[in-house]
Amino acid sequence: MEGSRRRFIRLAVVGVGAAGITTLFSSKLIEAVGFSRGDVRAAAPARRQWVMLIDLKKCDGCRKCTEACNTEHFVPPGQEWITVYEVQDEFGFRYFLPRPCMHCENAPCLKVCPVGATFRREDGVVLVDHRRCIGCRYCMAACPYDVRAFNWSEPPHTPEELAHTYRPEAPWPHRMGVVEKCMFCAHRAEEGELPACVRGCPMDAIYFGDLREDAVSNGREVLRLSETLRRDHGFRLKEELGTEPRVWYLPARRD
Amino acid sequence: MEPDVSASDAEILEPLRRTTWRFYVLLAGLAAVVGWGVYAYSWQLREGLSVTGLTDRVSWGVYISNFVFFIGISHAGTLISAILRVTRAEWRRPITRMAESITVMAIVVGAGFPLIDLGRPDRLMNVFFYGRLESAILWDFISIFTYLTGSLLYLLLPLIPDLAVVRRSVALGRFRSFLYTRLGGRWTGSAVQKRSLEKSIGLMAVIIIPVAISVHTVVSWIFGMTLRVGWHSAIFGVYFVGGAIFSGIATILIAMAVFRRVYHLEKYITPLHFRNLGALLLVLDLVMIYFTLSEYLTATYGAETRDVAWVRILSTGPYAILFWGMLLGGLVLPAFLLVFRRGIAGIVVAAILVDVAMWMERFLIVVPTMMTPQMAFTWNLYTPTWIEWSITAAAIAGFALLYALFSKLFPIVSIWEIQEQPAPAAEPAATEQEAVA
Repeated sequence: MEGSRRRFIRLAVVGVGAAGITTLFSSKLIEAVGFSRGDVRAAAPARRQWVMLIDLKKCDGCRKCTEACNTEHFVPPGQEWITVYEVQDEFGFRYFLPRPCMHCENAPCLKVCPVGATFRREDGVVLVDHRRCIGCRYCMAACPYDVRAFNWSEPPHTPEELAHTYRPEAPWPHRMGVVEKCMFCAHRAEEGELPACVRGCPMDAIYFGDLREDAVSNGREVLRLSETLRRDHGFRLKEELGTEPRVWYLPARRD
Repeated sequence: MEPDVSASDAEILEPLRRTTWRFYVLLAGLAAVVGWGVYAYSWQLREGLSVTGLTDRVSWGVYISNFVFFIGISHAGTLISAILRVTRAEWRRPITRMAESITVMAIVVGAGFPLIDLGRPDRLMNVFFYGRLESAILWDFISIFTYLTGSLLYLLLPLIPDLAVVRRSVALGRFRSFLYTRLGGRWTGSAVQKRSLEKSIGLMAVIIIPVAISVHTVVSWIFGMTLRVGWHSAIFGVYFVGGAIFSGIATILIAMAVFRRVYHLEKYITPLHFRNLGALLLVLDLVMIYFTLSEYLTATYGAETRDVAWVRILSTGPYAILFWGMLLGGLVLPAFLLVFRRGIAGIVVAAILVDVAMWMERFLIVVPTMMTPQMAFTWNLYTPTWIEWSITAAAIAGFALLYALFSKLFPIVSIWEIQEQPAPAAEPAATEQEAVA
């Protein structure tokens, strides 16, 4: 009896001690468990950190960005890599909200991928390797922005699309049973070109640029990102989730 | 001492000795349903998952619900054999085999569903080549494989002495004598062997309990780890484990009723077993009512926009009938039945209601959350197709088929375990004392 009680007390002390040590390191733990770096593949120069800025004041909901994107990437029918939502606020004010992939720094999709098919390049672009994806669609369930789309059947092909050699930065020809999404036009960035949606927007509402340089451009003007965000009350979608999106918005109305 | 095959075991061995034409008809019927499911799956392999009702917004549906349901049912064996063994509930003895075999077969059928749901089943090996421990799917792979291995061992170990009995007392063909010799040919029943068998079974009983709990916890974490409303909840682990044991007990009750009737096992499986398991089912029913209440009250009281949207879909959406059916017909009604109708019929009806309701509960966990819009403002809709229903029917038929075949290959009641029980199970008075002791 005595022995077992002593053993119990010893066990309890060890337990409490372990809990204490854990608490001490908990901030480190949260960082390790909750903030995923995921698979970083050193495929792109890290001196760039690509970001997007979308000015909702300018967007008139014409959906030309979606069209340009679909053409550029031979996006399979039924999919949109940049979707334009129509939003109505509580006072009845209506505006449009284009939504590309947020390329989150703490990407929920990347965290849950069982095979590392979704990965982040050092420049912050989140890509999918369609040669590795097993089609479990866990990333689709995990994405809070409804960004991802799945090839439910074999996508229709064009000779031009088929002639291309697949790589995650230019992910076509498309194939059945894998998950697709906006890839920030990584292939165009290599050529120093702005993304297709930026070029396609007749209102010049979409800006693309580099967080390090603190500069974004819609092809007509160059803005200082931090200053613009501060001045025009820039925000990100679902900031409270802690996903750290790489896409910022300027509100539809100036306060 | 080597167990003797007394006349009293004749009923247990009878199914291994004789097979009626009705069994072959059943087998053919079940095989036909499985065949139909295989045909449906081949269709899906050719055309892609577009043949299902799934969409980019509701990207998981019936398959994933089936996965959760079957893995849940597999907790039957763990409960009956391991928990009741560790707590020395002697009345468990005649039903251990039935429960342990449910476990193995439910894992096999359940684990198939994530694979059926896969867009690229041909790349399954990528999980081994590139597996990332950070993904809850990897946690699932590991815990389900561990659970399957453990459950197989736990089914096989107590079979060994019975195989010796069967080999001695049943005329065997070449296949079965080969099988039994491979599985337990070296069993002599010596004291040393008995001691080490008891030791191994005792050890496995202790090991398998945390493994079983981890399995359904990890299944729940697939959902719980996302940032989605209705999934991102700390109750999910225990909620899933509770539901798993709940549906496991219901399934073993149904199996008991069927085998008792078909194989004339009234002597072994007595009203006492139904009453005791019925009481356990009632306890788990109350636990599930409590969990469900906690979950929905927490979600609705604060009335966060997203929570409200989700609860509205559950309670008034296209699957509201399942929601209310599950709550009233699958949780509340069985509780009344189990309290006021304590005969075998009442308990079995409650068990059937529970199993149906638990499937609906799994569906209601998977689908309405995905129907809740995250960006747009309209409900995402999902209607399963005939392909999905066919494969589901095939899974249920396949489960029954495996079970029926198992009962023809192995004694469905553990002969040596009931012989080691001091008092015969047939006398309710004596057994009741046993259960209390």
